[in-house]
Amino acid sequence: MALSGLEIFKKLPKTNCKDCGFPTCLAFAMQLVAGKVELAKCPHVSEEVKEALSEAAQPPILKVQVGTEDNSFIVGEETVMFRHDRTFVNQNAFAVSVDDDTDPAKVEEIVKNVNDLKYERVGQTLELDAICIKNKSGDKNIFLGAVEKIASITKKPLIFISSDPDTLMAAATEYKDRKPLIHTATKDNIDKFISLSKETGCPIVIRGESFEDIAAMTEKMRKEGIKNLVIDIGKRDLKSDFFNQLTLRRAAIKKKDRLFGYPTIVFPNEITDDPLKETLIASIFVAKYGSIIVLSNAKPQSVYPLLVYRQNIYTDPRKPMQVEQKIYEIGSPDENSPVLITTNFSLTYFIISGEIEGSKVPSWLLVMDVEGQSVLTAWAAGKFVPELIAQFINKSGIADKVKTKEIVIPGYVAQLQGELEDELDGKWKITVGPREAGEVPKFLKNYVA
Amino acid sequence: MGFQIPKNEYTGKINTVKLGKDKSEILIGGEASLPFYGFEGELPNKPIIAMDVFDIKPSGWPESLAKYYSDVWDDPVKWSQKCISEFGAEAICLHLASTNPDAGNTSPEDAAELVNKVRESIDKPLILYGDGPMEKIAEVMKKVSEKSADSNILMGWVEEDNYKTLAAAAMGYNNNVIALNPLDVNIAKQLNILLTQLGLSPDRIAMDPSSSGVGYGIEYCFSAMERLKIAALIQNDKMTQMPIINNIASEVWKVKEVKESEKEYPEWGDLEERGINWETISVMCMLASGSNIITMRHPKAVSLIKEIIKELL
Repeated sequence: MALSGLEIFKKLPKTNCKDCGFPTCLAFAMQLVAGKVELAKCPHVSEEVKEALSEAAQPPILKVQVGTEDNSFIVGEETVMFRHDRTFVNQNAFAVSVDDDTDPAKVEEIVKNVNDLKYERVGQTLELDAICIKNKSGDKNIFLGAVEKIASITKKPLIFISSDPDTLMAAATEYKDRKPLIHTATKDNIDKFISLSKETGCPIVIRGESFEDIAAMTEKMRKEGIKNLVIDIGKRDLKSDFFNQLTLRRAAIKKKDRLFGYPTIVFPNEITDDPLKETLIASIFVAKYGSIIVLSNAKPQSVYPLLVYRQNIYTDPRKPMQVEQKIYEIGSPDENSPVLITTNFSLTYFIISGEIEGSKVPSWLLVMDVEGQSVLTAWAAGKFVPELIAQFINKSGIADKVKTKEIVIPGYVAQLQGELEDELDGKWKITVGPREAGEVPKFLKNYVA
Repeated sequence: MGFQIPKNEYTGKINTVKLGKDKSEILIGGEASLPFYGFEGELPNKPIIAMDVFDIKPSGWPESLAKYYSDVWDDPVKWSQKCISEFGAEAICLHLASTNPDAGNTSPEDAAELVNKVRESIDKPLILYGDGPMEKIAEVMKKVSEKSADSNILMGWVEEDNYKTLAAAAMGYNNNVIALNPLDVNIAKQLNILLTQLGLSPDRIAMDPSSSGVGYGIEYCFSAMERLKIAALIQNDKMTQMPIINNIASEVWKVKEVKESEKEYPEWGDLEERGINWETISVMCMLASGSNIITMRHPKAVSLIKEIIKELL
């Protein structure tokens, strides 16, 4: 059971030396219990206390890494039920499932898709995280053959699924350097997985029908010192799986019950056969508490919306998403196209660029770095003001791209018009655009007419 | 020792709002738990799907969506009937786009006439969104409310600038209003306070938190809605207990991700399926954070969402 802030405080030096960066030991203890800092920040705490506290200082849901170094993903470490309470920490992983008896050409095609699907959005690369290999054939050699083939053509982290512990032991031993996730231990065969974990160091999925089953297994594993676990609970039925994910998250976070404090795995691919329904179900678990989400295919029309959605949900609400400061070309603008300026808050950028695109008027969009704030906020904070805007315009290089030296500013900062013209030494004419993005298409059509 | 299921304690409840009358009457809201958590509080009325209908032929719809409506979109009555009988719409969301001075400037009288006609030709409740400047919207809705008196239509939208006219129109003729807020719990509350102080009953208000779709800020809406529902249910804050409507279809179907062909963007895959996924994921996100009424367009997306709601309840 995790300790409270006061219990942790009692074990700290209580000198208020501030070496940890916090004003008092109590403040530090509170941050520790909230999972916001590491105990290592306190240089004075004894080894003995460190050990006693290390468990308490761990987040209520433990971190699990699948794969190694650059070819890995991390799940867990969540601390809240609602993203607005702080943030969700490690985004869920998406894995694509391949049966071991699938035609080799088909396997190659799926794995290639998983490898190659990559999207750039708001300065991040969005991609799939893992490949699941399922021992559908029930045959050990077919499984090992499929694993060998897939492992040779992808660097993505792997998940091995079989109901036969010996098959899993053979595969895990062979590929232990890649630290695959091993699925699945049940209450009847858990002893074999204790050895598997100790021998290979691979993370293990434990599967149970009930919360009691899960608790019994995680407790047994803990006694063996094994915490590298992922929970699979449920019947592959949407309603009960939805309830189970919620309940596990609450047990770990609200009740601080360590026996449930592990990441989870869910299988939309086994809840339905309809690919569109599967995508929809997968999206539910993105927001509502799935850690690893297994899909049946890597079709871009499903993967792309899911990856974008995951990026949205796992955005830290405390830090606005930013886009890069630069000149964005929308349509194919030329030297006679209009020039507009806005700030680098990702939402502002997306909405404005979308409206410009919709207007079919090719334009230059200058996006200025104001640390991700919207136009009005940045103006109020003194970051989107004539002097700084003029500096940005001058060094942006836009002067070399257009003949007509005229820039459209957002309607909400109409008051900047005169001063900005002055700051630009009268070389640019400043025009006031609309206040709302939705009015941009109409404005642009009139503007170029 | 048996495992104790951790449960939330709810002290508040979402208001129940009546939409439509007689054969078209339904109730929305009334829930006493967070969305789909029926094991810890009652969920008497399921969220409903309102399909979008326009009073003029809309432009810019991708063919993958337009093909389902091109035979009816010069006739809002037929369009509404098709949504209900063929695609299972549980309400019609009629957008009075032509009342915008830039798009035809239809008069309040003509708009009210059309609303009447559509309302009388369907057996599902009617939701309305005006278009254009706030004054015009208020003027149109005033006329609409008068002509469709006592029919519990849901009229959008009011903001701080026009709430008086519209609230009076709703009160005087027994209709409901949509209170719009820009993803902001405090503004939502403030507007509800203004409306109720004017004498409008809380059960005549639905809140619209200004939805956005996947990839365009949906997380702001998701979190604003979760905060509203938590305030309503756990903190029992009366001024957040209005049901929520998400006018999200307009947002989903205007982005390039649902419009650009696979030829143009091969890495995005099949256009029609992509559009369906974009819509179902956006809608599901709103439902999971507490939507009571959601606008939709693609027939396949509608059937998927209906299926999922049924399974989750």
